[in-house]
Amino acid sequence: MDYKMQVKKLNLYYGESQALKSVSLAVNPNSVVALIGPSGCGKSTFLKTLNRMNDLIEHVRIEGEVSLDGVNIYQPDTDVVYLRKRVGMVFQRPNPFPMSIYDNIAYGPRIHGITNKTLIDEIVERSLKGAALWEEVKNRLSASAMGMSGGQQQRLCIARVLAVEPEVLLMDEPCSALDPISTMKIEELVAELKEKYTIVMVTHNMQQAARVSDYTGFFLNGELIEHDLTNVIFTKPANKKTEDYITGRFG
Amino acid sequence: MMVRVTRQGYIEDLELLQQKVTEMGQAVDVALGLAMQALLSMDKELAEKVMKEDDIIDEMTIGIEDRCMLLIAKQQPIARDLRVIATGFKISTDLERIGDHAYDIAKTVLELEGVPFVKKLIDIPKMAESARRMTELAIRAYQTADLKLAEDVCQMDDEIDLLFARTFHELSQFVGDDAVKVKQATQLIFVARYIERIGDHATNIAEWVIYLETAERIRKPEK
Repeated sequence: MDYKMQVKKLNLYYGESQALKSVSLAVNPNSVVALIGPSGCGKSTFLKTLNRMNDLIEHVRIEGEVSLDGVNIYQPDTDVVYLRKRVGMVFQRPNPFPMSIYDNIAYGPRIHGITNKTLIDEIVERSLKGAALWEEVKNRLSASAMGMSGGQQQRLCIARVLAVEPEVLLMDEPCSALDPISTMKIEELVAELKEKYTIVMVTHNMQQAARVSDYTGFFLNGELIEHDLTNVIFTKPANKKTEDYITGRFG
Repeated sequence: MMVRVTRQGYIEDLELLQQKVTEMGQAVDVALGLAMQALLSMDKELAEKVMKEDDIIDEMTIGIEDRCMLLIAKQQPIARDLRVIATGFKISTDLERIGDHAYDIAKTVLELEGVPFVKKLIDIPKMAESARRMTELAIRAYQTADLKLAEDVCQMDDEIDLLFARTFHELSQFVGDDAVKVKQATQLIFVARYIERIGDHATNIAEWVIYLETAERIRKPEK
């Protein structure tokens, strides 16, 4: 099987300080990879390297290789806008645009040049269904997205990413601002989404990593300490540091 | 509004666990039936088959235990979900022991070395029938969450205990000067003991079913 994404010996520096140290990780298609580790361990930084969100930060220097379907995304001729369409991101806090539910979803397709109203209607419905939100909002698509609950807003943000038909979804602690029921809905959604997409998720919640992911990577001080099947990481981790972290001995 | 059931995969895993325990119960029941058949017909070949297939039952135990471990590690089970897992551990252990006793009975067939029985076996087959029935019903109670049936199984153990006492007394009569008879009578007392223990394990399973469905602990009467 070919990897969907493959990271080889990735180093990342913020100015003089090194945030990622020779990280190598391969991601299988249609799998969920959870990245765990204490605050400041580099997991969010790592996630952002997967669609070059770090390009937006000054004084960042990156060495190594990140490939999507075998092509290095750090090649100079990479179309970064197209890359971020293929590798979409959902953030920690739901960040809907201050516009209607419909327009939130239609925004991306319109930017990518779609003007046909019927087609956009279809995309909006399909994306909202894909994010398990359609039934809740289908009768108020013109209402402002700002009036939705936090859990609904986060699913809206997922729908917004789905609208541009990505291949990989990056999720940066997508449930940390949500209540337990909304969290369960997002987790359930992740399990459904992996049928079509590849998902890499950063989570502070170890139990969430255990519940939703196929693979888990443990970061500590910028290093990827261990990466294995989630079933293995949570029952017999190979590294003592991983075991100490997941059992709550530190962090 | 359409109601979405959350944690679908987890719910399926719990159901699959119960299915695996049920399948193990059925396998153990078959093993016990064949072991008794091998004993009554002194069929060494069949006895060897039962002994060999005990490995399959042991593998099933490990499979169930691994499932339980993974569910605990990954899903933070609580309430009935937690009882499904806890009773999965316990019932698989009782079933594994029943399987071991089927193995022990089959092994006895080889040790009897074809020497004709000192007397016609009457109570031992009766005990075995009861033990099998209890095991089968306990598993059915587990599978169908049938509390009444589980309670019935608990009541059935007295009969086996009674038969065991009688068999023990009867076979003790053969413990005298004839070395061949002493050996066989002792082996048959062991067989009766194995079956009596199977009844106890089946009772345990029925009690775990009651715990699973009601969260009530069954306390054994003081001895």
